[in-house]
Amino acid sequence: MKKRLHVRYFAMLREQRGLGDETVSSGASTAAELYEELRARHGFTLPADRLRVAVNDEFEPWGRAIADGDSVVFIPPVSGG
Amino acid sequence: MAFRMTGSPISPAALVGGLGDPRAGALAVFEGRVRDLNDGRAVQELEYEAYVPLAEKEGERILEEARSRFEILRAECVHRTGRLGLGDVAVLVAVAAVHRGAAFDACRYIIDETKARLPIWKKEHYEGGASEWISCAKRDGPPPGR
Repeated sequence: MKKRLHVRYFAMLREQRGLGDETVSSGASTAAELYEELRARHGFTLPADRLRVAVNDEFEPWGRAIADGDSVVFIPPVSGG
Repeated sequence: MAFRMTGSPISPAALVGGLGDPRAGALAVFEGRVRDLNDGRAVQELEYEAYVPLAEKEGERILEEARSRFEILRAECVHRTGRLGLGDVAVLVAVAAVHRGAAFDACRYIIDETKARLPIWKKEHYEGGASEWISCAKRDGPPPGR
């Protein structure tokens, strides 16, 4: 069953996607599956092991199950400070 | 709020002024500023982008950790978003404590964790018009797992 997910992009991912957020219809069951699906579709250069993932504004493990309506953010290597 | 992201210029005097405490014999302040050279390239300006809701939650966690690890009275941290010019304050950490040791240690802890953990990204704009997202992971290893 397809889920409707809200995905936000920042920094290099935002530029590679060409937009800051979108609603995605996906059959992915985990955050990792969702990233691989979107990476294949949009040609993101960063592999998942260089990123972290947040679901509903909290850091989560890549194996985290995603549910209809979740908000997902893939976090490229950070460089604050 | 002890930790916050802001799109407006940071005023160190205003932030430090809010940390007055008659018990505090020490106030340690760290200012991270935009510098003119990175990896040998001349930087003209910086742009910070942040995932603000998570940055503010994780920033509060870092301050909470600092309060539990060190004997401090108060800690504040504020980090910029948006475009900054050379010399502008990008991040400010201020810690009040009874004694200087804890104030220095906590200040160092807060800035190190902030740089390593907060979902904030820096794009450098160079002389000549080129620009690049800076990846600390390039220099310091992959992001921490969880």
